[in-house]
Amino acid sequence: MPTLNSYLVLSAILFSIGAAGVFLRRNLITILLSIEIMLNAVNLTFVAFGRALGSADGQIIVFFVMTVAAAEAAVGLAIVIGLFRHRESLNPDSFTSLRW
Amino acid sequence: MGSDALFYVFGAIAIAASLLVIAQRNPIYSVLLLITSFGALSGLYVLLDAPFVAVIQIIVYAGAIMVLFLFVVMLLNAPHEETPYDERVHPLLREGPTRFGGALALALVAELVWALTRRSGSGAFAGASASSVSAIGRSLFTDYGLAFEVTSVLILVAMVGAVVLARRDPVSRDRTAAGGDR
Repeated sequence: MPTLNSYLVLSAILFSIGAAGVFLRRNLITILLSIEIMLNAVNLTFVAFGRALGSADGQIIVFFVMTVAAAEAAVGLAIVIGLFRHRESLNPDSFTSLRW
Repeated sequence: MGSDALFYVFGAIAIAASLLVIAQRNPIYSVLLLITSFGALSGLYVLLDAPFVAVIQIIVYAGAIMVLFLFVVMLLNAPHEETPYDERVHPLLREGPTRFGGALALALVAELVWALTRRSGSGAFAGASASSVSAIGRSLFTDYGLAFEVTSVLILVAMVGAVVLARRDPVSRDRTAAGGDR
Protein backbone atom coordinates (compact mmCIF):
# COMPACT_ATOMS: atom_id res chain seq x y z
CA MET A 1 0.00 0.00 0.00
CA PRO A 2 1.27 3.51 -0.72
CA THR A 3 1.94 5.24 2.57
CA LEU A 4 1.84 8.88 3.59
CA ASN A 5 5.52 9.16 2.71
CA SER A 6 4.80 8.10 -0.89
CA TYR A 7 2.30 10.91 -1.30
CA LEU A 8 4.66 13.41 0.33
CA VAL A 9 7.47 12.44 -2.04
CA LEU A 10 5.16 12.74 -5.04
CA SER A 11 3.99 16.13 -3.81
CA ALA A 12 7.58 17.29 -3.31
CA ILE A 13 8.47 16.25 -6.86
CA LEU A 14 5.48 18.13 -8.29
CA PHE A 15 6.29 21.23 -6.23
CA SER A 16 9.89 21.17 -7.45
CA ILE A 17 8.72 20.89 -11.06
CA GLY A 18 6.52 23.93 -10.54
CA ALA A 19 9.32 25.89 -8.89
CA ALA A 20 11.68 24.98 -11.72
CA GLY A 21 9.10 26.20 -14.20
CA VAL A 22 8.86 29.57 -12.45
CA PHE A 23 12.64 29.87 -12.36
CA LEU A 24 13.37 28.67 -15.88
CA ARG A 25 10.60 29.85 -18.17
CA ARG A 26 10.29 33.37 -19.53
CA ASN A 27 6.63 33.34 -20.50
CA LEU A 28 4.06 34.88 -18.16
CA ILE A 29 1.36 32.30 -18.92
CA THR A 30 3.72 29.37 -18.39
CA ILE A 31 4.84 30.92 -15.10
CA LEU A 32 1.20 31.12 -13.96
CA LEU A 33 0.73 27.47 -14.99
CA SER A 34 3.78 26.53 -12.91
CA ILE A 35 2.23 28.29 -9.93
CA GLU A 36 -0.88 26.16 -10.45
CA ILE A 37 1.32 23.02 -10.39
CA MET A 38 2.77 24.12 -7.05
CA LEU A 39 -0.69 24.83 -5.61
CA ASN A 40 -1.81 21.35 -6.63
CA ALA A 41 1.24 19.77 -5.01
CA VAL A 42 0.32 21.49 -1.76
CA ASN A 43 -3.30 20.36 -2.15
CA LEU A 44 -2.10 16.77 -2.46
CA THR A 45 -0.13 17.19 0.77
CA PHE A 46 -3.20 18.54 2.57
CA VAL A 47 -5.41 15.66 1.44
CA ALA A 48 -2.76 13.05 2.29
CA PHE A 49 -2.26 14.45 5.79
CA GLY A 50 -6.01 14.71 6.30
CA ARG A 51 -6.35 11.05 5.33
CA ALA A 52 -3.49 10.05 7.65
CA LEU A 53 -4.96 11.96 10.59
CA GLY A 54 -8.52 10.80 9.91
CA SER A 55 -9.79 14.37 9.68
CA ALA A 56 -11.89 16.23 7.12
CA ASP A 57 -10.08 19.51 7.74
CA GLY A 58 -7.47 18.80 5.06
CA GLN A 59 -10.13 18.63 2.37
CA ILE A 60 -11.77 21.82 3.62
CA ILE A 61 -8.46 23.67 3.39
CA VAL A 62 -8.09 22.32 -0.16
CA PHE A 63 -11.49 23.86 -0.93
CA PHE A 64 -10.24 27.26 0.24
CA VAL A 65 -6.94 26.88 -1.62
CA MET A 66 -8.84 26.19 -4.83
CA THR A 67 -10.98 29.30 -4.28
CA VAL A 68 -7.92 31.47 -3.76
CA ALA A 69 -6.29 29.87 -6.81
CA ALA A 70 -9.32 30.76 -8.92
CA ALA A 71 -9.19 34.37 -7.72
CA GLU A 72 -5.43 34.48 -8.33
CA ALA A 73 -5.81 33.10 -11.86
CA ALA A 74 -8.54 35.60 -12.73
CA VAL A 75 -6.62 38.65 -11.49
CA GLY A 76 -3.26 37.37 -12.79
CA LEU A 77 -4.60 36.72 -16.27
CA ALA A 78 -6.25 40.16 -16.32
CA ILE A 79 -2.86 41.68 -15.49
CA VAL A 80 -1.26 39.58 -18.24
CA ILE A 81 -3.80 40.87 -20.75
CA GLY A 82 -3.10 44.46 -19.67
CA LEU A 83 0.66 43.98 -19.94
CA PHE A 84 0.36 42.36 -23.35
CA ARG A 85 -1.69 45.31 -24.61
CA HIS A 86 1.10 47.68 -23.63
CA ARG A 87 4.15 45.82 -24.93
CA GLU A 88 2.87 43.09 -27.30
CA SER A 89 5.07 40.67 -25.38
CA LEU A 90 4.73 38.02 -22.69
CA ASN A 91 8.37 38.06 -21.63
CA PRO A 92 8.67 39.40 -18.05
CA ASP A 93 12.08 40.85 -18.94
CA SER A 94 10.36 43.45 -21.11
CA PHE A 95 8.42 44.90 -18.19
CA THR A 96 11.23 46.63 -16.34
CA SER A 97 10.17 50.28 -16.33
CA LEU A 98 7.80 51.72 -13.74
CA ARG A 99 5.97 53.87 -16.28
CA TRP A 100 5.84 54.16 -20.04
CA MET B 1 -2.77 -4.63 -4.74
CA GLY B 2 -4.80 -2.67 -7.25
CA SER B 3 -4.58 0.64 -5.46
CA ASP B 4 -0.82 0.27 -5.20
CA ALA B 5 -0.46 0.03 -8.97
CA LEU B 6 -2.96 2.84 -9.47
CA PHE B 7 -0.93 5.13 -7.21
CA TYR B 8 2.18 4.63 -9.34
CA VAL B 9 0.27 4.99 -12.60
CA PHE B 10 -1.43 8.24 -11.55
CA GLY B 11 1.77 9.57 -9.97
CA ALA B 12 3.78 8.85 -13.12
CA ILE B 13 1.15 10.54 -15.29
CA ALA B 14 1.09 13.60 -13.02
CA ILE B 15 4.89 13.94 -12.97
CA ALA B 16 5.31 13.35 -16.71
CA ALA B 17 2.54 15.79 -17.62
CA SER B 18 3.90 18.46 -15.26
CA LEU B 19 7.39 18.07 -16.70
CA LEU B 20 5.99 18.44 -20.21
CA VAL B 21 4.04 21.55 -19.10
CA ILE B 22 7.23 23.44 -18.37
CA ALA B 23 9.02 21.97 -21.41
CA GLN B 24 6.52 23.08 -24.06
CA ARG B 25 7.17 26.10 -26.24
CA ASN B 26 3.51 26.65 -27.09
CA PRO B 27 1.34 27.66 -24.09
CA ILE B 28 -1.72 25.87 -25.52
CA TYR B 29 0.04 22.51 -25.21
CA SER B 30 1.09 23.50 -21.69
CA VAL B 31 -2.51 24.17 -20.67
CA LEU B 32 -3.78 20.90 -22.17
CA LEU B 33 -1.01 18.90 -20.49
CA LEU B 34 -1.78 20.57 -17.17
CA ILE B 35 -5.40 19.40 -17.52
CA THR B 36 -4.00 15.86 -17.94
CA SER B 37 -1.95 16.32 -14.78
CA PHE B 38 -5.04 17.50 -12.90
CA GLY B 39 -6.95 14.43 -14.03
CA ALA B 40 -4.20 12.19 -12.63
CA LEU B 41 -4.25 14.15 -9.36
CA SER B 42 -8.01 13.67 -9.21
CA GLY B 43 -7.43 9.92 -9.40
CA LEU B 44 -4.96 10.21 -6.52
CA TYR B 45 -7.61 12.02 -4.48
CA VAL B 46 -9.99 9.12 -5.10
CA LEU B 47 -7.30 6.74 -3.83
CA LEU B 48 -7.02 8.93 -0.72
CA ASP B 49 -10.77 8.50 0.01
CA ALA B 50 -11.48 12.13 -0.86
CA PRO B 51 -14.20 12.00 -3.54
CA PHE B 52 -15.33 15.58 -2.87
CA VAL B 53 -11.87 16.99 -3.61
CA ALA B 54 -11.55 14.72 -6.65
CA VAL B 55 -14.78 16.04 -8.13
CA ILE B 56 -14.10 19.72 -7.48
CA GLN B 57 -10.58 19.20 -8.86
CA ILE B 58 -12.15 18.23 -12.16
CA ILE B 59 -15.02 20.74 -12.11
CA VAL B 60 -13.26 23.81 -10.71
CA TYR B 61 -9.66 23.33 -11.80
CA ALA B 62 -9.84 21.45 -15.08
CA GLY B 63 -13.24 22.84 -15.96
CA ALA B 64 -13.13 26.49 -14.97
CA ILE B 65 -9.61 27.73 -14.25
CA MET B 66 -7.95 25.92 -17.14
CA VAL B 67 -10.65 27.08 -19.55
CA LEU B 68 -9.87 30.63 -18.39
CA PHE B 69 -6.17 30.03 -19.12
CA LEU B 70 -6.98 28.56 -22.52
CA PHE B 71 -9.20 31.52 -23.33
CA VAL B 72 -6.44 34.00 -22.48
CA VAL B 73 -3.84 32.06 -24.47
CA MET B 74 -6.06 32.08 -27.53
CA LEU B 75 -7.07 35.72 -26.98
CA LEU B 76 -3.47 36.95 -26.83
CA ASN B 77 -2.40 34.72 -29.74
CA ALA B 78 1.28 34.91 -28.79
CA PRO B 79 2.50 31.34 -28.94
CA HIS B 80 6.23 31.93 -28.95
CA GLU B 81 8.51 33.40 -26.33
CA GLU B 82 10.47 36.49 -27.24
CA THR B 83 13.93 36.30 -25.75
CA PRO B 84 17.31 37.75 -26.65
CA TYR B 85 18.50 34.15 -27.02
CA ASP B 86 18.53 32.00 -30.09
CA GLU B 87 14.99 30.94 -30.95
CA ARG B 88 16.10 27.52 -32.16
CA VAL B 89 17.52 26.59 -28.76
CA HIS B 90 14.96 25.01 -26.48
CA PRO B 91 13.94 27.38 -23.63
CA LEU B 92 15.08 24.97 -20.92
CA LEU B 93 18.56 24.59 -22.43
CA ARG B 94 19.63 28.22 -22.74
CA GLU B 95 22.65 29.74 -21.08
CA GLY B 96 22.82 32.41 -18.48
CA PRO B 97 20.19 33.06 -15.80
CA THR B 98 18.40 29.80 -16.53
CA ARG B 99 21.38 27.95 -15.07
CA PHE B 100 20.85 29.89 -11.85
CA GLY B 101 17.15 28.99 -11.90
CA GLY B 102 17.97 25.32 -12.39
CA ALA B 103 20.42 25.44 -9.48
CA LEU B 104 17.74 26.98 -7.25
CA ALA B 105 15.24 24.28 -8.23
CA LEU B 106 17.82 21.54 -7.49
CA ALA B 107 18.52 23.13 -4.10
CA LEU B 108 14.77 23.00 -3.38
CA VAL B 109 14.70 19.30 -4.35
CA ALA B 110 17.65 18.60 -2.03
CA GLU B 111 15.99 20.40 0.87
CA LEU B 112 12.69 18.55 0.35
CA VAL B 113 14.44 15.17 0.15
CA TRP B 114 16.36 16.00 3.33
CA ALA B 115 13.16 16.99 5.13
CA LEU B 116 11.30 13.88 3.98
CA THR B 117 14.04 11.43 4.93
CA ARG B 118 14.24 12.90 8.43
CA ARG B 119 10.57 12.13 8.99
CA SER B 120 10.19 9.22 11.38
CA GLY B 121 7.60 6.48 11.15
CA SER B 122 6.36 4.53 8.19
CA GLY B 123 3.33 6.79 7.66
CA ALA B 124 0.85 4.02 6.93
CA PHE B 125 -2.70 5.28 6.77
CA ALA B 126 -5.09 4.57 9.62
CA GLY B 127 -8.12 2.44 8.87
CA ALA B 128 -11.02 4.85 8.98
CA SER B 129 -11.38 8.08 7.06
CA ALA B 130 -13.82 10.76 8.17
CA SER B 131 -14.31 12.33 4.78
CA SER B 132 -17.90 11.88 3.66
CA VAL B 133 -19.26 14.79 1.67
CA SER B 134 -21.96 15.46 4.27
CA ALA B 135 -19.34 15.73 7.03
CA ILE B 136 -17.33 18.17 4.91
CA GLY B 137 -20.40 20.26 4.15
CA ARG B 138 -21.47 20.35 7.79
CA SER B 139 -18.01 21.41 8.91
CA LEU B 140 -17.75 23.96 6.09
CA PHE B 141 -20.93 25.76 7.10
CA THR B 142 -20.47 25.57 10.89
CA ASP B 143 -16.82 25.55 11.99
CA TYR B 144 -15.56 27.34 8.90
CA GLY B 145 -18.61 29.53 8.31
CA LEU B 146 -16.78 32.82 8.64
CA ALA B 147 -13.99 31.70 6.31
CA PHE B 148 -16.60 30.56 3.80
CA GLU B 149 -18.28 33.97 3.78
CA VAL B 150 -14.95 35.76 3.51
CA THR B 151 -14.18 33.53 0.52
CA SER B 152 -17.31 34.79 -1.23
CA VAL B 153 -16.15 38.38 -0.65
CA LEU B 154 -12.74 37.40 -2.07
CA ILE B 155 -14.38 36.02 -5.21
CA LEU B 156 -16.36 39.25 -5.61
CA VAL B 157 -13.22 41.37 -5.21
CA ALA B 158 -11.34 39.22 -7.71
CA MET B 159 -14.17 39.49 -10.22
CA VAL B 160 -14.34 43.29 -9.95
CA GLY B 161 -10.54 43.52 -10.06
CA ALA B 162 -10.29 41.36 -13.16
CA VAL B 163 -12.93 43.43 -14.96
CA VAL B 164 -11.19 46.69 -14.04
CA LEU B 165 -7.72 45.43 -14.97
CA ALA B 166 -8.68 43.90 -18.31
CA ARG B 167 -10.82 46.86 -19.40
CA ARG B 168 -9.51 49.05 -22.15
CA ASP B 169 -8.59 52.42 -20.71
CA PRO B 170 -10.53 55.06 -22.73
CA VAL B 171 -7.92 57.76 -22.04
CA SER B 172 -4.96 55.79 -23.36
CA ARG B 173 -7.00 54.60 -26.34
CA ASP B 174 -7.72 58.19 -27.34
CA ARG B 175 -4.06 59.01 -26.98
CA THR B 176 -3.15 56.05 -29.16
CA ALA B 177 -5.74 57.03 -31.75
CA ALA B 178 -4.33 60.57 -31.81
CA GLY B 179 -1.01 59.15 -33.01
CA GLY B 180 0.98 59.44 -29.81
CA ASP B 181 3.45 56.84 -28.69
CA ARG B 182 2.17 54.21 -26.29
